[in-house]
Amino acid sequence: MAELTFRDAVARGIAQEMERDPDVIFFGEDVAKAGGVFKATVGLYEQFGPKRVRDTPISEQAIMGAAMGAAMTGLKPIAEIMFSDFFAVCFDYIANEFPKSRYMSNGQLKCPLVVRTGNGAGSRFGAQHSQSVENWCMMIPGLKVVAPSNPRDVIGLMAAAVRDPDPVIFFEHKSLYPTKGEVPDGEIVDMLGSAKIVRPGRDATILALAMMVPRAVEAAGKLAALGIDCEVIDVRSLVPLDTRTILGSVARTHRLFTVEENPRLCGWGAEIVSIVADEAFYDLDGPPVRITTPHVPLPAADILEDMILPTVERIAETIRRSLSS
Amino acid sequence: MQKPFFAVDGASCADRANDDIGEAMRLRLFRTQVELREAEQRAYDLFLQNLVKGTSHLSLGQEAIAAGFANAMKPGDLSFCTYRGHAHTLARGVPVEKVLGELMQRDNGLMRGKGGSMHLTSAEHGVMGSYAIIGAHLPIACGAALRAQYKGQDDVTVCFFGDGTTNIGAFHEALNFAAIWKLPVIFVCENNLYMEYTPIGEVTAVKHPAADRAAAYGLEPILIDGNDADIVYRTAHAAYARARTGEGPSLIECLTYRHSGHSRADPAKYRPDGELEAWKTHDPIALYRGRLKQFGVSEDIIANIEADVRRIVDEATEKCKAAPPPPADILCTDVYADGGFAWRN
Repeated sequence: MAELTFRDAVARGIAQEMERDPDVIFFGEDVAKAGGVFKATVGLYEQFGPKRVRDTPISEQAIMGAAMGAAMTGLKPIAEIMFSDFFAVCFDYIANEFPKSRYMSNGQLKCPLVVRTGNGAGSRFGAQHSQSVENWCMMIPGLKVVAPSNPRDVIGLMAAAVRDPDPVIFFEHKSLYPTKGEVPDGEIVDMLGSAKIVRPGRDATILALAMMVPRAVEAAGKLAALGIDCEVIDVRSLVPLDTRTILGSVARTHRLFTVEENPRLCGWGAEIVSIVADEAFYDLDGPPVRITTPHVPLPAADILEDMILPTVERIAETIRRSLSS
Repeated sequence: MQKPFFAVDGASCADRANDDIGEAMRLRLFRTQVELREAEQRAYDLFLQNLVKGTSHLSLGQEAIAAGFANAMKPGDLSFCTYRGHAHTLARGVPVEKVLGELMQRDNGLMRGKGGSMHLTSAEHGVMGSYAIIGAHLPIACGAALRAQYKGQDDVTVCFFGDGTTNIGAFHEALNFAAIWKLPVIFVCENNLYMEYTPIGEVTAVKHPAADRAAAYGLEPILIDGNDADIVYRTAHAAYARARTGEGPSLIECLTYRHSGHSRADPAKYRPDGELEAWKTHDPIALYRGRLKQFGVSEDIIANIEADVRRIVDEATEKCKAAPPPPADILCTDVYADGGFAWRN
């Protein structure tokens, strides 16, 4: 057992898979010699050399396309897109190419790749370097979508993503990079599509993803002091989605809250709320409530950015009010 | 109207004393071109009978490029095509029936109707997909070539696209990528003078949309007569050899002309009077038929090839007409690698 930062866990997760499988290669902008702009890939170039760990030009389409061509023909590439906001300049690969080649070819083509990307707010970078864009990917048939919340899960889910035969978009929350967590020694391999109950409780289910997980846990702590016992679930993987764990929890607590960093419209919580409404309506004792960022671009100033995201206080207060009404 | 380039440059390749191609290959080049012509002409006829639905983009008039590049390939080499990909797919040896079946939305089609005309794919023949988003497949071809280089495999990746592609960002990203990593990939621009409806010259800063960009990526500008299968074959051969020996990518611009419109919906009325007729005097198949005769191939042999191809296309057509439509049970298959489309438990 060791204490590791989230960013160190990224490098360890990639290294674990590169050591295991010589077909795993890794490339992106500034990822090799510089160790990544977020220093999440430090040491990989030194350990695996210039053939397997490569710096690319600022060419997001070329990065994505090259990953796909390599994946189709036998490699297991990990590609980095520095900020998930940049998905917008290479979205053809995410929306049209990775996810559709298997279907369109009637199963002749495969696309086993991982795209890692820095996602989410908190760095005061403004509207084009701070977004949570998981829902951009979640809606596309053929993709898998993962967003870990802690160092241990980074390694386990990275292993699951690299070993998965489908294209996986791997969201790393930028504000989580410096956070620390206990990580067991040795190989860690997780399973996509498995949510985790990080805090059991009886009165309400809170679903959260990535940076919203620690906030939800903290909010649950505040609510516990008021005698409200919340269950917090780290969704971890949006596709595949572990609806069994979610529905099971709602069946016990009878209330559902989602905590989403994305702007409100079509956030991942909307889909889950619709599933719960459809399949567990009579388990509910009150309306499902979504706690999200409002439908606005993200502001840059620290005070404004802090206000617009779901805060611990807003999460706790929303749940308290909803449960007492 | 501008004089067609071939009338200016000339393109004599008939040197019987110094024949580097040989009769067997020459007959193959001819046969491939005839097959592409007959199959695509048939696709057009079937469209008029409402048996080919959706869209289709024909390569009529451009057959020498597909024939030359495909016949210079080895098994295991990879082709990446655009939505105008019937010819390149057939040229790799994919049966006519499989292609027509896909165009006719039948269960015997290459992808059982799940891909359609613009996405022809036959991995077993090295046809790694046809891509309908302009430019998308150039970076993908780079990735396939990166795999060959990384694994020390000696196959080459050949990526076909039209003149219009040279103005999209992915073209430039891919060229740079291939050049810096010296990837074994060949980029083949089929310049048929029109991006879709607009003449490429009206919307491009340079005269030769691909060749004039080569220098920007440290590549040799290569501009050839794309209607002469011998020239195409020789050029392909040289480029593949370079790629296989680690000398990196090539960018080849092939001048050609499509006889039909951009897609089946396009009557191509934007073309100046006489342009099509002028280019038809430089039709790749008529040209090559003459070439065979110059090299002493008898009319009987030529006519036999033509008749044999026609028979194959006729038989394929009848099989496709008799084939059932795809069954409903394939609708939700092959979304994910487990064969299904499950996104939740």
